[in-house]
Amino acid sequence: MDKIIQGIIQAVQLIVDADPVVTEIVVLSLLVSGTALLISTLVGIPLGALMGLSRFAGRRLVIALLYTGMGFPPVVVGLFVYLMLSRSGPLAGLNLPFVPALFTPGAMVIAQTIISFPLVAGFTMAAVMGVDPQLRLQIRSLGATPLQTTLAILSESRVGVIVSIIAGFGSIISEVGAVMLVGGNIEGRTRVLTTAIVLETRKGAFDVAIALGIILLAITFLTNLAVLRLQGRALEE
Amino acid sequence: MPDAGSNAIYSLRQVTKAYNGRQVLQVDQLDIGRGEILALVGPSGAGKSTLLRLLNFLEPPTKGTIRFGDAIFDTQGDMPLAARRRVTTVFQRPVLLNRSVWANVTYGLALRGKRDDSEMAQQVLQNVGLAAQRGQRARTLSGGEAQRVALARAMVLRPAVLLLDEPTANLDPYNVGLIEENVVRMNRESGTTTVLVTHNVFQARRLADRVALLLEGRIVEIGDNESFFNTPRDPRTSAFVRGEMVY
Repeated sequence: MDKIIQGIIQAVQLIVDADPVVTEIVVLSLLVSGTALLISTLVGIPLGALMGLSRFAGRRLVIALLYTGMGFPPVVVGLFVYLMLSRSGPLAGLNLPFVPALFTPGAMVIAQTIISFPLVAGFTMAAVMGVDPQLRLQIRSLGATPLQTTLAILSESRVGVIVSIIAGFGSIISEVGAVMLVGGNIEGRTRVLTTAIVLETRKGAFDVAIALGIILLAITFLTNLAVLRLQGRALEE
Repeated sequence: MPDAGSNAIYSLRQVTKAYNGRQVLQVDQLDIGRGEILALVGPSGAGKSTLLRLLNFLEPPTKGTIRFGDAIFDTQGDMPLAARRRVTTVFQRPVLLNRSVWANVTYGLALRGKRDDSEMAQQVLQNVGLAAQRGQRARTLSGGEAQRVALARAMVLRPAVLLLDEPTANLDPYNVGLIEENVVRMNRESGTTTVLVTHNVFQARRLADRVALLLEGRIVEIGDNESFFNTPRDPRTSAFVRGEMVY
């Protein structure tokens, strides 16, 4: 119990002092997970809407793959990205400008995008499919183009779409397996909150680990609070 | 007005519609005149709503062509957006956006980039008796009010063709009266061609210039209001008019 109390006190201290090491870890955590979430959202929401609104050959297979992706263990994703980006991997030899090296924030972004993207797309698809099909017919009848129809349906299912983003964010801000594997937890370069917590716990520095854990929880809580504000009235109806 | 003839806004030729190989509609020939109110009557499953969806270009016919003005709608299902936007439907069940009454009424205008028609929208809301509710969430309205919003949402677009799919089913007499009054006013003042699907033979008699009876996907008889109700040619029409047909 003492350690927990000590951890809480230290967390407050670290935040109040704006400890440079902790600040760097927090900023990198937000940068990596934020970028991964942004990519997942930009790709996942249109894909989810497409899956929910259109019928095409192979749709069932794509949905099955998407659902499988929603349950990807982060450590397996990390292993996959590691193998792809390692020196002997298929991508490393190509020297492509947009393929990052292992043990860089870029590699961590790729891993986290793979983890969060199926969640964003899958939950968006479910939300879109939950909208009354008659509404879609009505919107088209009012003269909407296919794009306008999709936007209107996404707007009607906005609570579910926002939940998909929350789920995507939650899955990556708190994951440790993938970022540990592809980032390597290098101090000052790829150390994020979760990997730092693991390191401090292994060192026996429980108070610091607890402090970092509290900061991580606070970030998650504040993010969700902000998203709840975004949902606004739609949530109350 | 027994025949739409050369004044036709729609000309359907050899149109069929099938779902999963089962044919639900076969219209060999149907012309709908500009500015007329045509009532489609018949029992459930007769193909009335299917015909409306084709007329609104929401689904392509399985065979045949629908000429709308200069445009042709066929099995390819392609229809220019400008032509598609001249037609709109009010469905039996009003499905409103989870927004305010005002946002619902002006939604179609927003789709067309017409944000300066607020006076028109206000006038239409006034006509359907909902001016005071313009800020209210649409999903908190009663069934009758919601249907009036749906009608206002269609009317504000000033469509060339208004399709009504049993718009007053399950509504109380006050709402029925208000909706009918607005439909007739729009037809008379703007010359809006109106196709009304209804189970209610009295409503067809009250509103329509011409009436068509559909049975099992086919038009059994079509004629002007007077002859359809007073001197029907087909015995099934006679039975329908007398209310003997079971729905």
